[in-house]
Amino acid sequence: MKAIVHVRLKPDVLDPQGQAITGALHALGFTEVIGARQGKIIELDLDGTDHNLAKERVETMCGQLLANTVIEQFTVTIED
Amino acid sequence: MRAAVIVFPGSNCDRDAASALAQVTGQAPLMVWHQSNELPAVDLVVLPGGFAYGDYLRPGAMAARSVIMREVCKHAEAGGLVAGICNGFQVLSEVGLLPGVLMRNAGLKFVCKPVALQVERIDTPFTSQYSQKSPITIPVAHHDGNFYASQDELTRLEDQGQVVFRYVDNPNGSANNIAGIVNQANNVLGMMPHPERAMGTTGDGGDGVLFFKSLLGGFR
Amino acid sequence: MVADHGLSPAEYAKLCEQLGREPNLNELGICSVMWSEHCSYKSSRIHLSKFPTTGPRVICGPGENAGVIDIDDGDAAIFKMESHNHPSFIEPYQGAATGVGGIMRDVFTMGARPVALLNALRFGAPEHEKTRSLVSGVVAGIGGYGNCVGVPTVGGEMNFDPGYNGNILVNAMCVGIAKADQIFYSAAKGVGNSILYVGARTGRDGIHGATMASAEFSDDQEAKRPTVQVGDPFTEKRLIEACLELMATGNIIAIQDMGAAGLTSSSIEMADKGGVGIEIDLDKVPLREANMTPYEMMLSESQERMLIVLKPGTETSSRQIFTKWELDVAVIGQTTDTGRLVLSHKDEVVCDLPIAPLSDLAPQYDRPWRETEPAPVLDMSTLPLRDPIDALARLMCAPDMASKRWVWEQYDRHVMGDTLAASASGSDAAIVRIHGSNKALAMTSDCTPRYVKANPYVGGKQAVAESWRNLIASGAEPIAITNCLNFGNPERPEIMGQFVRAVEGMAEACTALDYPVVSGNVSLYNETNGAAIPPTPTVGGVGLIRDLSLPTGFGTAVEGDLLYLVGHTSGWLGSSLYAREIEGITGHEPPPVDLELEHNNGKFVQSAIGASLVRAVHDVSDGGLAAAAADMAMASGKGMALEGSDILPAHAWYFGEDQGRYLLMVSANNLTRLQDMARNDDISLSYVGEVIGDDIALGSSRMKLSELRKQWEQWLPALMEN
Repeated sequence: MKAIVHVRLKPDVLDPQGQAITGALHALGFTEVIGARQGKIIELDLDGTDHNLAKERVETMCGQLLANTVIEQFTVTIED
Repeated sequence: MRAAVIVFPGSNCDRDAASALAQVTGQAPLMVWHQSNELPAVDLVVLPGGFAYGDYLRPGAMAARSVIMREVCKHAEAGGLVAGICNGFQVLSEVGLLPGVLMRNAGLKFVCKPVALQVERIDTPFTSQYSQKSPITIPVAHHDGNFYASQDELTRLEDQGQVVFRYVDNPNGSANNIAGIVNQANNVLGMMPHPERAMGTTGDGGDGVLFFKSLLGGFR
Repeated sequence: MVADHGLSPAEYAKLCEQLGREPNLNELGICSVMWSEHCSYKSSRIHLSKFPTTGPRVICGPGENAGVIDIDDGDAAIFKMESHNHPSFIEPYQGAATGVGGIMRDVFTMGARPVALLNALRFGAPEHEKTRSLVSGVVAGIGGYGNCVGVPTVGGEMNFDPGYNGNILVNAMCVGIAKADQIFYSAAKGVGNSILYVGARTGRDGIHGATMASAEFSDDQEAKRPTVQVGDPFTEKRLIEACLELMATGNIIAIQDMGAAGLTSSSIEMADKGGVGIEIDLDKVPLREANMTPYEMMLSESQERMLIVLKPGTETSSRQIFTKWELDVAVIGQTTDTGRLVLSHKDEVVCDLPIAPLSDLAPQYDRPWRETEPAPVLDMSTLPLRDPIDALARLMCAPDMASKRWVWEQYDRHVMGDTLAASASGSDAAIVRIHGSNKALAMTSDCTPRYVKANPYVGGKQAVAESWRNLIASGAEPIAITNCLNFGNPERPEIMGQFVRAVEGMAEACTALDYPVVSGNVSLYNETNGAAIPPTPTVGGVGLIRDLSLPTGFGTAVEGDLLYLVGHTSGWLGSSLYAREIEGITGHEPPPVDLELEHNNGKFVQSAIGASLVRAVHDVSDGGLAAAAADMAMASGKGMALEGSDILPAHAWYFGEDQGRYLLMVSANNLTRLQDMARNDDISLSYVGEVIGDDIALGSSRMKLSELRKQWEQWLPALMEN
């Protein structure tokens, strides 16, 4: 099993890297870009077959380490 | 005064902090490895600068979950002094001993330069030797020093006077120009600037000496 | 297949003859990297032997991982400079980062704790489409690695020239400090001793990086991207601490880092130097990726790995240290008495090569070379007269002269707590104190490629002389150099001619100044589509400041101090920065380098510093006297006024780049003693101006210092953040 964890900044938290990406895309002529937010993806290779249990465990991992919930939010997807 | 410096894999100002402590206290601090599950009886714990765990995932995130940090938290809860400098500040906020988060600098670049700091509180064990009259100069060197807290949290920090150092000219985008804060009990401090690099022995001035002398003051 | 491996038909025939058979694929791969230009120095070796490499302070000269010099009190300094040009052009962040990592490993491999980093960087024209992203990537990579490991980046150079548009240069230098009786070498010894692999796991990084660094670029270089290695400074930091901890145990017989050509070159060099054989069981190599072949394992350039030969019985205690630091560690083989490199994989011998032919009998070429056409001498009287202060302002804002604050503020210059002078300070060399002492090392990197291009021999001499002068000016006794010789394709006689003559010029200067070469690196084939870089033999100099209470640098000034010039001024403008930036003329004969004069003037300045007769000293180089005074003014925040010359036209007097000169700041009460000393030593010492007011003044032409500073600080941020 594989868990895909998306960690991104909460919408109200300033994201200077996202702003820089927006600026750079504008400079390249992609003026349709209104905004960009940068996050990260963490892929976990997991032992076991129970998707629900895995999701619950990975969410606990996010709360304890993978995300800083003061500024970040996360989503977890489990794949085979 | 007995002091301990915690060494994480990737700490790189641990020896500098030890030199500064030795210079002021005349006594070398204990160096405590991150995997130790015992903290010797000390008055002060220093979490040094550097890149614990390479700053991977988030600065301070993995160090905050190391074995020794459980002991450091107990030490803090018992009223012991804890000072986190630069990466140490990031560890303290990740472990929850201090509020807020140190985010990527607004300029997105690592910044190493001397900065002027206004000392906002001189009634803490970390700052008693300073004066509020004129700013001090201490170098910063970090990539993630942009202090962030929710508006409510910021209001609370300001209302309770927890802001100890403020940048005169903000180098990293920190909210309210915050460079260093204490917890409500005044025994845990985190600051991005490096007082151990301003010990009067290099070109960076001597304004860091009073930081360490303040700590000594409470114990002599 | 053979051509893919970069071996010529003649080289392949030689290999078959040595083996008595055709090599298998693994053996071919191993031989091709060992015989690549990068590892074998086949085009350069016979010329490098012209360098003086010994001296009373030399503990270990070229041939080991880095050079070692004696810096008194049982201390030694260990240092080297190395290029990471090609990788940095392809992927600037990782290329520069791994360059820094590699040079640090060369230094701590020998037992030193790294204490300082310097970088000599050459980029293409500022307006070239790639320049900005290369600059920001390289600078971020250097900072990202050095800052994390926690070794201060204290100095370097940064030039821009269209000649580097397709081949930037990233030369990284590291200086470390060790105890002179605890230096570690790479020669394996004994039979049956365990070979320990430590550090990061082996992946498919940078396979054939060494052969890539030995081939010209063409426009399909994008396809070569996957071969660039990725650096991990966190592992490097732990590797430094773990290796230094192991070195203190006495368990080590020999130690070598895995640099270019990874496991191949490290194992072969260790065996060859010790005259032993090596047997490796590839199944024991810690791997990052599944199903790696022997070929890939041997040629991988994964970073942050070391090979160690252990004393018998020390395996367990050695492993514990690396386990503590959470690093991979494995005994992967042993030394033998066969003189052969034998590799086994899945119970099969996959390589069996005699070691000596691979290194000792590697091809060596005396490539044909042609002397560079003599450059015309520039007649200064043909240049128009201009307002000198206006010319100075333009010069100080030219790409090579403008403030590099934007760069060095991204480098941690102060970690370790001993940096006394770094990029921000007014000093011709970076200064780092030996921890806990009153002495320090001074370090500098120098080269003036426009001189070398116009006259490789004179330019080679000048690079060494300027390095020596910078150390003298910062109050140090110059001791030795490392170098990084960056040139184009040596198979072209005109490029080989640049190389040969530059080396001869450098060698002559090193000999005359008692300034031996203790380590170095050669980077050839710096060409794209047949266009070679300007010849760039970078010199990394190291000196010792014995007493930190004596004056150093040029960061202080007192109103009323007098400015005196050491050395003679003929107003030489050929190949000067003034000629290039203000008049747009290049390619004239560069200023001559009189080594005897250089030596005498330097010794005089050294004595004046030793007697505390000067407040500040600055060498006079790019931009001449006026630029030197402007540097001093901006570093000290005090205005300076220079007088004009009765003999020379203003541009020649203020901006000529005659060599062997120093600008001294002297307080009036020391003047007589200084003048007496100059008279006794037969040194040219002349009054040129004074410290006064808030302006920088050249004769009657002047501007506010604050205005000059503003313009000087503005250029690079404007380029990078626009």
